[in-house]
Amino acid sequence: MQDLKQQSPYGTFLEHCKKGELAYQVCTDDGKAVFYPRVAAPGSGSTNLEWRVSKGLGTVYATTVVYYKDEKPLNVALIDLDEGFRMMSRVEEIDPLEVKIGMRVKVRIHQGDEKQPPYPVFTPVEGSSHHPGSASHPSSVRRGV
Amino acid sequence: MSLQRGSVAVVGAAESDLGQVAPHTSPVDLMAQATLRALDDCGLKLSDIDGVFSAATQVRTAPMSLAEYLRIKPGYFDGTAIGGSSFMTHVAHAQAAIEHGLCEVALVAYGSTQRSVSRAAASPREFNPYESPYRPFMPSSAYAMAASRHMHQYGTTREQLAEVAVAARKWALLNPKAWEKEPLTIEQVLKSRMVSYPFTARDCCLVVDGGGAIILTSAARSKSLRKKPVYVLGVGESLSHANISSMPDLTVTAATVSGPKAFGMAKLKPADVDMVSLYDAFTITPILFLEDLGFCPKGEGGRFVANGAIAPGGKLPVNTSGGGLSYCHPGMYGLLVMIEAVRQVRGECDKRQVKDCEIALAHGNGGVLSSQCTVLFGGPSTV
Repeated sequence: MQDLKQQSPYGTFLEHCKKGELAYQVCTDDGKAVFYPRVAAPGSGSTNLEWRVSKGLGTVYATTVVYYKDEKPLNVALIDLDEGFRMMSRVEEIDPLEVKIGMRVKVRIHQGDEKQPPYPVFTPVEGSSHHPGSASHPSSVRRGV
Repeated sequence: MSLQRGSVAVVGAAESDLGQVAPHTSPVDLMAQATLRALDDCGLKLSDIDGVFSAATQVRTAPMSLAEYLRIKPGYFDGTAIGGSSFMTHVAHAQAAIEHGLCEVALVAYGSTQRSVSRAAASPREFNPYESPYRPFMPSSAYAMAASRHMHQYGTTREQLAEVAVAARKWALLNPKAWEKEPLTIEQVLKSRMVSYPFTARDCCLVVDGGGAIILTSAARSKSLRKKPVYVLGVGESLSHANISSMPDLTVTAATVSGPKAFGMAKLKPADVDMVSLYDAFTITPILFLEDLGFCPKGEGGRFVANGAIAPGGKLPVNTSGGGLSYCHPGMYGLLVMIEAVRQVRGECDKRQVKDCEIALAHGNGGVLSSQCTVLFGGPSTV
């Protein structure tokens, strides 16, 4: 069991982020990925959790674009990592409305700032088009009053 | 031992003032106002209340604050807070408490001044280090992502989502208490200000003040009161996650659990239901709940609501008050979802009354599709 007087699950995750890594846990009893990081595996309660570093490749599971006043539209997405866990993130370096379900993406660590510690974001995998038949968004969005 | 079909009844139901209340009104002012109106509805007195059930985003210990305000000393209380469906769980828990003699007259109450004080002040978001850095506009963005999945998997369209808002508006125009007073078209929904794709402002519920109260008691005692009893025929509760990134499948809600529980207890099926009151925080939610509660197959919700099917004169009356989209959405809307169902069974809905409404379903949703609770209500012919 993690000694919470020494280090928290998020603290360990953050240490990896600072090294440019996306970390997750695996329960060695059943080999299943665990995310977000915890003190015990959900469901079984097993404390046989090992930290791993993800290869950082995943697929967009769900997506939205947030329109904050006086800001550029912002992507928010759920990403299914190849190792078998899901996380919230955003896909960058692309028009947020062009982020499609089924699109292959790769992690990079956003540096953060004084208020926000580093955190993982994603970019499209070079040369990978999105999953066939995944067009859930029209190419242009109607922005009215 | 399981809960007994029809063992308790709603005997009093009332809203507080709705929409925009006077400056400095407190959430507990609204709870108390609704409570007194609900007592007047059934002819009971404050001193009859011996069970208090409440939750509110602005009042951390709602049963305590409400009991103090009303100066009542309940022997039983429950502050279960699981978002907008909290009040359906309060009904289920009140039924258990009444059946076991832990209380006899249960008050379920809610109040919010979120329009007056701002949504940000009324419902501050919890910080989550795995979600907050991405700045989702919550809860809208969570429901928007569920809609993105539904559109992707089942071909649901923005026009079909807009149908839900248009139907709600048509019902609202028949409800004098509704916030919205002007007609709405699909085109207007689509061209409204984009909030979190694919939702425009008109795909999202209202942000208004309001509250409500219902009084429940045993079936035996209910018969001697002012109005005809509205029996609790079935209840079902279920939780599936708290944060949207932990929801197993964004197109399948825990209503697939709460619905069958409630129908099983009530010994009813969806085809028996005369009127449906579904928590419509966003246009995607009635679509998901119609599927998950068994009113149409999974994936067919968008097509089910098309062509005015849930609007007045359609094939299934859904959210006859005008819903959270056009009638009132004071932060947590579940209590008002039930009040409309109760009134339909009583036959009190005037221009929007569903003919011969004997069985009504009220379904609550909380968090980000996280908590799902279903209550089936029935009139005297059903017990």
